Amino acid sequence: MDFFTETFRPVTIGARGGAGGVLHAIVGSALIVGAALLLATPVGILAGIYLAEFRGGAAATVIRFCTDVLSAVPSIVVGVTAYVLIVQRTRQFSGLAGSIALAALMVPIITRTTEEMLQLVPQTVREAASALGAPRWWATLTVVLPMAMGGVVTGVLLAMARAAGETAPLLVTVLGNNQLTVDLFGPMQALPLLAYRYTEQPFQILNEQAWGAALILVLLVLGTNVAVRVLTRRRTRP
Amino acid sequence: MSITTTAASAIRMPPASEAHLVLEGLTLRYGARVAVARTDLTIPRHRVTAIIGPSGVGKSTLLRALNRLHELVPGAGVEGRVLLDGDDIYGPEVDPILLRRRVGMVFQQPNPLATRSIAQNVTIGLELVGAPRRERMMAVEWALRRAALWDEVRDRLDQPATSLSGGQQQRLCIARALAVRPEVILMDEPASALDPIATARIEDLIAELAREFTIVIVTHNMQQAARVADFTVFMTQNEDGAGHVVEAGPTREIFTAPRDRRTEDYITGRVG
Repeated sequence: MDFFTETFRPVTIGARGGAGGVLHAIVGSALIVGAALLLATPVGILAGIYLAEFRGGAAATVIRFCTDVLSAVPSIVVGVTAYVLIVQRTRQFSGLAGSIALAALMVPIITRTTEEMLQLVPQTVREAASALGAPRWWATLTVVLPMAMGGVVTGVLLAMARAAGETAPLLVTVLGNNQLTVDLFGPMQALPLLAYRYTEQPFQILNEQAWGAALILVLLVLGTNVAVRVLTRRRTRP
Repeated sequence: MSITTTAASAIRMPPASEAHLVLEGLTLRYGARVAVARTDLTIPRHRVTAIIGPSGVGKSTLLRALNRLHELVPGAGVEGRVLLDGDDIYGPEVDPILLRRRVGMVFQQPNPLATRSIAQNVTIGLELVGAPRRERMMAVEWALRRAALWDEVRDRLDQPATSLSGGQQQRLCIARALAVRPEVILMDEPASALDPIATARIEDLIAELAREFTIVIVTHNMQQAARVADFTVFMTQNEDGAGHVVEAGPTREIFTAPRDRRTEDYITGRVG
């Protein structure tokens, strides 16, 4: 139980009592991924709407291409970019820098899922709205988007699950922290980061905690995917 | 406004005093392709006008030009004029969004909004113009009664629109178009996806609605045109594939004494 309620405790030879836990990493991951979600969701959904509803334009082609490129960029590259642009300039490792790096990974996923889901909404629905004298933006927001909502939420959840497990971008932006902190502007701990650092340690107890952190991540991804399944099944039933 | 075309002898439209919509030299394109060539027509007020003809002659395209839905298709082009009560709907000062509130439309496939309830489907057009809640509630019953659907749904207005049958969904779509109190209602084969009983109900409804609204209906079904329409317009394709009006006039004359050979061939089932 200490595993979930305690933070890092220095390992001393022959020490008695608890071995510490990973609470600081759970809180850190939740905050970093949460902030990334807040950044990426509006950007991703708006971009997806733009791509789906204004398909033909040159801007749409450019955005779609950039999105595809961005989704194929190795995550360490995104991390290093965030390091150069944010960490070096602010002279501070921070949770927020990690959030921005993760958001950059999430946006393309959310954008493409949103675009695909909006395209599945039949054209007749848009025509119905137009024939009632609805401006394009109104029809998109109040008619088309609600019909695609299940799929859009799915995209956001999948992007979140992907981001929660990323280690590389966090290594160079969030750094790591052995204390429990909720300050997004300073170094933080995160589950994948903790798992990586602890496996390098010569102490068995920390190695075990790394496995524990990895298990939490796996369960999180599993839980998200199950949630997605349940959501989409309910949506597709008439 | 007199009607003069090369085939004037076969075009017998109502006098200008009854005109609600007047088409003058209307040509509709998709890119370089002419879908409907120079068309002159008068559509009378508070009457049912049917547009018939073989598939692909531009009947729907012509219909969709009357509320400017045609221009939403990429590459679509429009020449000529469409006068609604004397004013050109393609005039520079006309807002197509406001026009579409005066000229409503019902589509081939019932297309209620699946995420909304029956009542919300009716009021969506009023929501759009920011009508107060009380007015919207009143409009629900008003429009559903006129669409002959009220008695079937009055106890389940909050249920999703998709819980209705196909015929009911189509009448819901008619109610939705009526709720904004348009002057003209365009119907693009409104019964082609329905069974005969549901079709009969829609046809009764069309006759009823013609008292208050001007109705233009596109149909494949000649019997349907003969049953519901006061005036009938027959379209076909010329050699370049462009649709044009061959003959127009009171429905009975078109079906009993067509003046153009092509009309006669079509209504007697020899072609098309």
